[in-house]
Amino acid sequence: MSRLKKALDSGKFVVTAEIGPPKGINLEGVKHHIELLKDKVDGLNVTDNQSSVLRYPSLGGALLVKEMGGEPILQMTCRDRNRLALQADLMFAYSRGITNVLCLTGDAVVVGDHKDAKGVFDLDSVQLLDTIQILAEGTDLGGNKLDGAPQFFKGAIVTPEARPLEPQLMKFEKKIEAGAQFIQTQAIYDLNNFRNFMDYARKFNVKILAGLVLLTSAGMAKFMNKNVPGIFVPQPLIDELAGVPKGKALETGMKIAARMIRTIKEEKMADGVHIMAIGREETVPQILEMAGVA
Amino acid sequence: MKTITRQKPFEQILEDLAQDSSVFIIGCGTCATLCGTGGVKEVAEMSEKVASAGKIVTGTAVPPTGCDEVTAEMRRAFKTELRAADVILVMSCAFGVQTAASQLNKPVAPALDTLFVGKEGPAGQYSEICMQCGQCVLADTAGICPVTTCHKGLLNGPCGGTNDGMCEVGNGRECAWTLIYNRLQKVGRLDRMRRYHPPRSHNAVLRPGIMTLTHSREEAAKH
Repeated sequence: MSRLKKALDSGKFVVTAEIGPPKGINLEGVKHHIELLKDKVDGLNVTDNQSSVLRYPSLGGALLVKEMGGEPILQMTCRDRNRLALQADLMFAYSRGITNVLCLTGDAVVVGDHKDAKGVFDLDSVQLLDTIQILAEGTDLGGNKLDGAPQFFKGAIVTPEARPLEPQLMKFEKKIEAGAQFIQTQAIYDLNNFRNFMDYARKFNVKILAGLVLLTSAGMAKFMNKNVPGIFVPQPLIDELAGVPKGKALETGMKIAARMIRTIKEEKMADGVHIMAIGREETVPQILEMAGVA
Repeated sequence: MKTITRQKPFEQILEDLAQDSSVFIIGCGTCATLCGTGGVKEVAEMSEKVASAGKIVTGTAVPPTGCDEVTAEMRRAFKTELRAADVILVMSCAFGVQTAASQLNKPVAPALDTLFVGKEGPAGQYSEICMQCGQCVLADTAGICPVTTCHKGLLNGPCGGTNDGMCEVGNGRECAWTLIYNRLQKVGRLDRMRRYHPPRSHNAVLRPGIMTLTHSREEAAKH
């Protein structure tokens, strides 16, 4: 039974965070992050060759979270594996106590560090969700019976700031129809826009965690606005980061994150938050304390 | 529909010709001429470059279509030149290279890389339109192919890498699903975008594709 599902079903304000496995086999850093976060959050996402950059596998990272007593959320992209490999990894994950999966399309291979590799995309994110449902019913995608069926708690993502938005929302609905039970959104910064999104999203039977990427400087915010599809940091936040003395930007970014978490919780805007600190995982416990959700 | 080709770097061509001292060059009067990769002009330029690299060019020819059969006429016209060549350097798509290889009984070397089968747009721009997947979904996508036009070949809508109508891979690539959405809206079929598409079969055509065309079914039944 998924502890994450239990937390979401209980109606408490749920917090998940993200950790990135290392490039290489030195696990000291990621173990430190797991140790730091495992008892402070309801689930820990482990990224899957994020941005198409080769890393230690998400499956290995998720297993480590499990072994260390945390609640892993296995991120699975469709970029690197065909349907046989995805199903095999899903069975392996479940057999080892990993019960949460986040289904993603995966970034294009060419944005990463193995630009000549083949992007697989044998399945897409909706089809992956459907596949997990089929496995749960005791058969594989080939229609063959399984001896023991995995019962995952299934997640997906949505980009509430995408332009145009309607095609994203249509896909969001397809994901829910394909069995998505929880949604972690792409980073959101404009809470008015997010409120509008939630007015729409609340109509569906799915738990929603608002995605937050920790802002570390005005430059980083501007970089994301320019380069990351679907992320828009409003100018007042950039000004706030730019207006503090050198060396204080990270602290300001943490304050912004904490303030947003507090508002989302107080206004019951979403079922919880998903914090992506990208390399600054050690700040997460403090952000949670500042937000009053520790 | 044109086969789009790009000339290989000359050093790479020379590497393929390393064992050979005499070369016959074949171009193509159709697609490679249009692409500016294997027409009369490019064949003449290649001939000069190969000669200045110290090889003998025994002759050149630009047949109307490089992919069709190498005609008996051409074989007769260039009988001596072809016989004298150690290798045939082919400046057409891979189809033309394979035709030359199977019909001339000589080693071949491709001077071009075949990129895709595309349609000509404005001012020499070509775009890929079909991957021959064997399970056409164009009815649901307003005639824009997601398997070809979406970088990831997604069937169920855009990924999160879409940005104001552009694709995350950059280089001016448009997001296929934004194009599809806009056109479905225009033709009043937006509901088609809500359809779930199951995983594609990669076995709709057993590769390599081989097909024997027969008469109509009724006629075939009579035989």
